[in-house]
Amino acid sequence: MSPAPELRAATHSPVGPVAFAPGVTVLLLAAPVLAGLAGVVLPAFGWQPVLGGRALTLDPWRTLADWPGLPRAIWLSLSTGFAATAVSLAITLLLTAAWHGTRTFDALMRLLSPLLSVPHAAAAFGLAFLIAPSGWIARIISPWATGWERPPDLLLVNDPAGVALTLGLIAKEVPFLLLMTLAALAQIDSQRSLRVARSMGYGRVAGWAKTVLPAVYRQIRLPVYAVLAYSMSVVDMALILGPTRPPTLAVQVLEWITSPDLANRFNAAAGALLQALLVAGALVFWWLGERVAARLGRRWAEGGARHLRADTVLRPLALFAAGTTALAVLAGLAALALWSVAGLWQFPDPLPRNVNLRTWAGQVPALGRATGETLLIGLVTTLLAITLVIACLEADHRRGRLRRGASWLLPMIYLPLLVPQIAFLPGLQTFALMAGMDSGRVVVIAAHLVFVLPYVFLSLSDPWRAWDRRHAVAAATLGARPSRVLWAVRLPMLLRAALVAAAVGFAVSVAQYLPTLVLGGGRIETLTTEAVALASGANRRVIGVFAVAQMLLPMLGFLLALGLPALVFRNRKGVWA
Amino acid sequence: MRIPLLAAGALLASLAHTAGAEPPDPADWPAVLAEAEGQTVYWHAWGGDPRINDFIGWVGRELDARHGVRLVHVKLADTADAVTRVIAEASAGRDEGGAVDAIWINGTNFLSMKEQGLLYGPFAQDLPNWVFVDTQANPTVEIDYTTPVEGLGAPWAMFRKVFEYDSARVPEPPRNAAALAEWVRASPGRFTYPQPPDFAGMGFLKQLLIELTDAPEALQRPVDEADYDAVTAPLWGWLDQVTPHLWRAGRAYPQNEPGLGQLLADGEVDIGFSYNPGRVSAAIAGAELPDTARTFVFENGTLGNSSFLSIPYNAANKAGALVLANLILEPAVQARAQNPDVLGFQTVLGMDLLAPEDRARFAALDLGIATLPPDEMGPALLEPHPSWETRLAADWRQRFGLAE
Repeated sequence: MSPAPELRAATHSPVGPVAFAPGVTVLLLAAPVLAGLAGVVLPAFGWQPVLGGRALTLDPWRTLADWPGLPRAIWLSLSTGFAATAVSLAITLLLTAAWHGTRTFDALMRLLSPLLSVPHAAAAFGLAFLIAPSGWIARIISPWATGWERPPDLLLVNDPAGVALTLGLIAKEVPFLLLMTLAALAQIDSQRSLRVARSMGYGRVAGWAKTVLPAVYRQIRLPVYAVLAYSMSVVDMALILGPTRPPTLAVQVLEWITSPDLANRFNAAAGALLQALLVAGALVFWWLGERVAARLGRRWAEGGARHLRADTVLRPLALFAAGTTALAVLAGLAALALWSVAGLWQFPDPLPRNVNLRTWAGQVPALGRATGETLLIGLVTTLLAITLVIACLEADHRRGRLRRGASWLLPMIYLPLLVPQIAFLPGLQTFALMAGMDSGRVVVIAAHLVFVLPYVFLSLSDPWRAWDRRHAVAAATLGARPSRVLWAVRLPMLLRAALVAAAVGFAVSVAQYLPTLVLGGGRIETLTTEAVALASGANRRVIGVFAVAQMLLPMLGFLLALGLPALVFRNRKGVWA
Repeated sequence: MRIPLLAAGALLASLAHTAGAEPPDPADWPAVLAEAEGQTVYWHAWGGDPRINDFIGWVGRELDARHGVRLVHVKLADTADAVTRVIAEASAGRDEGGAVDAIWINGTNFLSMKEQGLLYGPFAQDLPNWVFVDTQANPTVEIDYTTPVEGLGAPWAMFRKVFEYDSARVPEPPRNAAALAEWVRASPGRFTYPQPPDFAGMGFLKQLLIELTDAPEALQRPVDEADYDAVTAPLWGWLDQVTPHLWRAGRAYPQNEPGLGQLLADGEVDIGFSYNPGRVSAAIAGAELPDTARTFVFENGTLGNSSFLSIPYNAANKAGALVLANLILEPAVQARAQNPDVLGFQTVLGMDLLAPEDRARFAALDLGIATLPPDEMGPALLEPHPSWETRLAADWRQRFGLAE
């Protein structure tokens, strides 16, 4: 059997300069990733000479196992991670199935997509203030409706089961998954499939689930995995909303690593490794779940049930869930913005007694300095990342599926997402120093790249691969060389997906705290280094100022990502079905 | 691929070693000043309080104007982040030219770095302004948590633990452990403490232990030498009694001292505490607390500790860091820090050691409406040996740190 025509067209053409891209990417990332990993694995087995660990031992694991909170902490990481991922995915898919292509959907997208750029910590602070017994909702309905002159003693935030944490994660991950789904839909003729299904009498949601979902899910699988890995190892949100007795495993690792007793850094390393294994196990479990769901789903689809009436329940439900998500985060942010100008604001006053710009005036100089630095680092990192990712994907594509080159190494770049960042950094830092990279902007950009690149990769690779290769064949028969196919056909068609991936990358770069601080040697001051340092003082006014500033920058990125394609292709109607 | 890369890294590392300069000798102060001029000092210090950040900014301007040394405040969320950097540098063999020139460090982090040999010094006693430091009245500037500082850190502020409350809601606050227990039972849900091993939460446990135990002298020696169970039984008894009546019935705890302060500001709790006696006055001025907020201390006294400025063993700009350490001990700078409109930190200087005009700077300070005058602060309690803190934290976690 000879390869299919489109494959032949791809493999017979020279791969071109992009052939080096996977190698270059792996070279750029392999060393820091391996070093970061070594910096976790060695101390986990007792090896860290500077701290007196000069023999390989299992003691750190014994200390870890002796911690009585371990089973519960593991359970919390798993339960909050799975619940947050499953519910965010369900809301995302349900909303898309029930409302995609309507004005309501567009309006909701406009409301939700800026939320993607809200830093997790800011969203968590906002939510915590919203739902706490002394929070905004309680202040608004007290005392006239509740009779509360004092905040009631109710355990809403930091609940032992992690419900508040799960809700916070859902609020943050739904916008991410929605944007990924939207980018994926651009590669599928979903409206036509849906129209056919509906003409055959299927309900809107059921028709979408049976015809469009399989193609969409294949494209958003990696982002879903990222959500699962992130939700299980999140620290900043878990510190604010999560349980404390015990906390999640990731938070406990942080507590050990920041403990003044340096001996705890060994069990911290063991804990971090355990965390990585947990995430890896959870991903395998999810993957198995996908198989089962696919099998059940196929049977369901073949069954032919039309589920027409389900729409009357599911459409309002989707709207309610997504709307609540958006409103909760937006109201929390509005509360933080209000705090940034608040004078004395006590329970149960629904609004501050007076407002002033004192906090803003005090922070403006730092804001100005930090904004420029944040932009510069974010833009350079994102540009590097998106270039490398596109080059890698293109090289992969031109080689064809039959001759896989260095790309089998590429999955390694996802490792930084599996290991908790705080545990990953010491090794990365030591490596940077050994490589002679002391401090400053270049090493910070290199470090950001380690964390930004995986997100850009997972955001773009599925839509990229889902692109219909017959376009390339058509262009090639017209005499276009591979590079021209890339620039004139593929990139324009994938512009939205590429821009969304870039916007995600930019947001990830903006959010980096520890890599910027520790690898930059304190030389680099960004909005996030300022914001996280100030957030440790729990001062809502200052947090409000930086939350607003920190959100505006990446929000610009997302607005560009969503708006630019429409602008560029305003004369090509129908490119974005 | 892995091996050549590591080899290349090692090669680069060996090339990166610059010609080593002799560390400055703090006893030869004119030479220190000369070497410091033109240096940029990176001071890694907690950045969670805008008021402290502003103060450090002001110190930087003074340092530049007087000594030609630039100061950059590296704002940390946690002092451990700077410790992480120094450990990484040490791991990579970067024994010179380190990125951290100075760390604002408190007792336990300081002890860890000292024990691992990661600090430069001794230097504190050689600073010209050391003569103003009152080591008699303020023993915590030389003995931190029963362990000698040995000149590896320059003290620059003292902290005393004070309780904070709103006098409009609590007319007569409880001034000892038994009264506090009584008050908590009568006002369920209105008191809590930061979750150990947070240092403020540990401070509260130690304060209680010192008052409640029958053998307070045992706390000054390592925990191994004492009958731990007997010494600590009254503390656990107190906590067992009180915990069901705590905020959230003890099912959740605030994360740290700022978290507890936020609960007080939100009216969720009625009594809080902090290690900064001037915090409430400053918070009233900043409209964070109502003007009826006040502070009090327990009758038997209150714990105190000092903040230090330490210099990592491999700091690139040690001379500049020394000049900074000396500047923040200067009477004018200390008086500014003690001003409640600025920080409200307690000075480490002795009034009788100062020149009259400097003494006048302190005398002129209005401590603020909620700050206790020195004669009402009560006796300073001695910190227990650090081994107690470790053991108490582990024990607390077993008894109260896990969900029921």
